[in-house]
Amino acid sequence: MPPPLIVLRDVARIYGAGEAEVRALDGVNLTIRQGEFVAIMGPSGSGKSTAMNIIGCLDRPTAGQFLFQGIEVQGLDQDRRALLRRHCLGFVFQGFNLLARSSALENVELPLIYKGQPRALREARARAALEKVGLQGRESADPSQLSGGQQQRVAIARALAGDPMLILADEPTGNLDSHRSHEIMLLLQQLNREEGITIVMVTHEEDIAAYAGRLLVFTDGKLTRDSAQPERR
Amino acid sequence: MLWETLRLAVTTIIRNKLRSFLTVLGVVIGVAAVIAMVTIGQGSSAQVSASVEALGTNVLIVRPGSRGFGPPGGGEAAPKFTLKDAEALRTLPQIAYLAPINSGGQTVVYGNANAATQVYGSTADYLRVQNWPLLSGRNFAEGEETSGAAVCLIGATVQAKLFGNADPLGETIRVKSVACNVIGTLAAKGAGSFGQDQDDLVLMPIKTVQRRLEGNKDVTSISIALRKSVTSADGIKAVQDLLRERRRIAIGQADNFSVTDMKEITSMLSGVNSVLTGLLSSVAAVSLLVGGIGIMNIMLVSVTERTREIGIRLAVGASAGQVLQQFLVEAIVLSLLGGIIGIGAGLGLAYVGSIYMAIPFAPSGSVVALAFGFSALVGVVFGYFPARRAAKLDPIEALRHQ
Ligand SMILES: Nc1ncnc2c1ncn2[C@@H]1O[C@H](COP(=O)(O)OP(=O)(O)OP(=O)(O)O)[C@@H](O)[C@H]1O
Ligand SMILES: [Mg+2]
Repeated sequence: MPPPLIVLRDVARIYGAGEAEVRALDGVNLTIRQGEFVAIMGPSGSGKSTAMNIIGCLDRPTAGQFLFQGIEVQGLDQDRRALLRRHCLGFVFQGFNLLARSSALENVELPLIYKGQPRALREARARAALEKVGLQGRESADPSQLSGGQQQRVAIARALAGDPMLILADEPTGNLDSHRSHEIMLLLQQLNREEGITIVMVTHEEDIAAYAGRLLVFTDGKLTRDSAQPERR
Repeated sequence: MLWETLRLAVTTIIRNKLRSFLTVLGVVIGVAAVIAMVTIGQGSSAQVSASVEALGTNVLIVRPGSRGFGPPGGGEAAPKFTLKDAEALRTLPQIAYLAPINSGGQTVVYGNANAATQVYGSTADYLRVQNWPLLSGRNFAEGEETSGAAVCLIGATVQAKLFGNADPLGETIRVKSVACNVIGTLAAKGAGSFGQDQDDLVLMPIKTVQRRLEGNKDVTSISIALRKSVTSADGIKAVQDLLRERRRIAIGQADNFSVTDMKEITSMLSGVNSVLTGLLSSVAAVSLLVGGIGIMNIMLVSVTERTREIGIRLAVGASAGQVLQQFLVEAIVLSLLGGIIGIGAGLGLAYVGSIYMAIPFAPSGSVVALAFGFSALVGVVFGYFPARRAAKLDPIEALRHQ
């Protein structure tokens, strides 16, 4: 069995205090191994994004343990977590989070800049990533000139460009039609199978979740289902 | 990485032209003010020293009455000098040239044109003392001086007022009631150390002025050019000793005349000049400080405005240090940009100003370098606080920011 990449032990994430306390995550235990393709489902407000932020080293659990490659992330300072994000992770955010007034190419290049890659290499990689998501020819368009689906694909290209070992995608197909969604899922499957990239994806759609080999369901901040499934092709 | 940050800063600045411009406006104004002040100040100092140079050897001016500027007030009127005093002084070995002067304001008329000007009665040596060349014509002849002939030399301003572009040589002008033949014109000298127009004068033989204009035998002042080898102090001493003797001033009694050293006056003027320049420059420097606060203010707003951008950068792996660097470099580039524009504007202002004030345009490399350095400093100092605020943002909070 491949080594565990992500381990959550009794993880809780609590917002606010006292009466206004919100338990976004409440005693979550979870192990994701290298090379897995995991889908997360659950009703709105069930803590999916919160879990993704913790796994993405953007946020820290209020209680419990989070290990990334055996490293206890909650003990790391801001800059160490920034290094983890920079070198190991690719994030596709629920709201795209693209830089306004910057072209698609510049957006995709962004993580590569912080990796310290030379400009020519960066540009080549960014172009290749945009091509993978079917956006060749739109490199110089900025987000306001792109449709929602195109923006989402730029966000996916940005996550791919840095050669991450783990891609975290929060509703990567939320704005895509079924044809595009299918293409993107095949792309993720291909990255998962051929390059061994671990993928954790949040979705609301059963048929999108079906592309993953494992399904997690969150309800009220708790992990209520964790099952293996055959990957749809 | 620094290079990338620099590129990013320049890109951001270019993408937000108006905001960038407003951000640096304060620094632009501050730097421009400092540069203009200092450059104009140095120009006028240069002019003062140039007029010292123009004197050639040192010039002394001897006047009756006690020393001081402005109207000779206080005490009883001291006796005037006479031409005999001038003759006696001329024998001093320290003196190269000497010119007795009797001057007064008069109206001069030529045809329909007239001008109020200063008429100087003196000798041919007046121009030698002043180291003042003729533009055309000739100086007074000896016979004209002794006989008190009605001839005159005119300054450039008078020439322009009376004759325009016409040739004044050989023409007759009327000075008060005296018809006077123009035998020469003086080269233009420009404004003097006090800003007075040195070309607004008519020069006549002193005897002519004494007899026909003023109706007295007075010498109101004596201009003396010392020999090159003589120090001012020695020259002044010799003149004082001789005049005290001639005017019978007892030992221990104060002089009833004054000897003014023109070099001393001009250097004192340049002192006043540099104090003024310093004062104005420090006022300008305060505006540079205000400009720096302007940069800080807008950078702070910009950090809030760009919270999401900062969150995105942090999320894709930027460290706090890199975010700090980005905002700091942006502030420095902005203020340097402001500095450069300000230097350009300041030099331009100083250039226009020096033309208007008829002083030399004297830009100084060290002041420009100082202004440049100072604007970089403004960027660092006032950019640091907003940059640190940006770097301290929490990535999740920043991403949630609308
Ligand atoms: N910064 C915050 N402050 C307070 N409460 C928060 C904060 N972030 C999330 N929450 C709360 O935590 C709970 C879980 O939020 P989360 O974003 O993880 O839900 P989600 O499962 O991703 O929902 P969706 O499907 O709508 O994206 C919600 O009740 C939400 O209101
Ligand atoms: Mg969510």
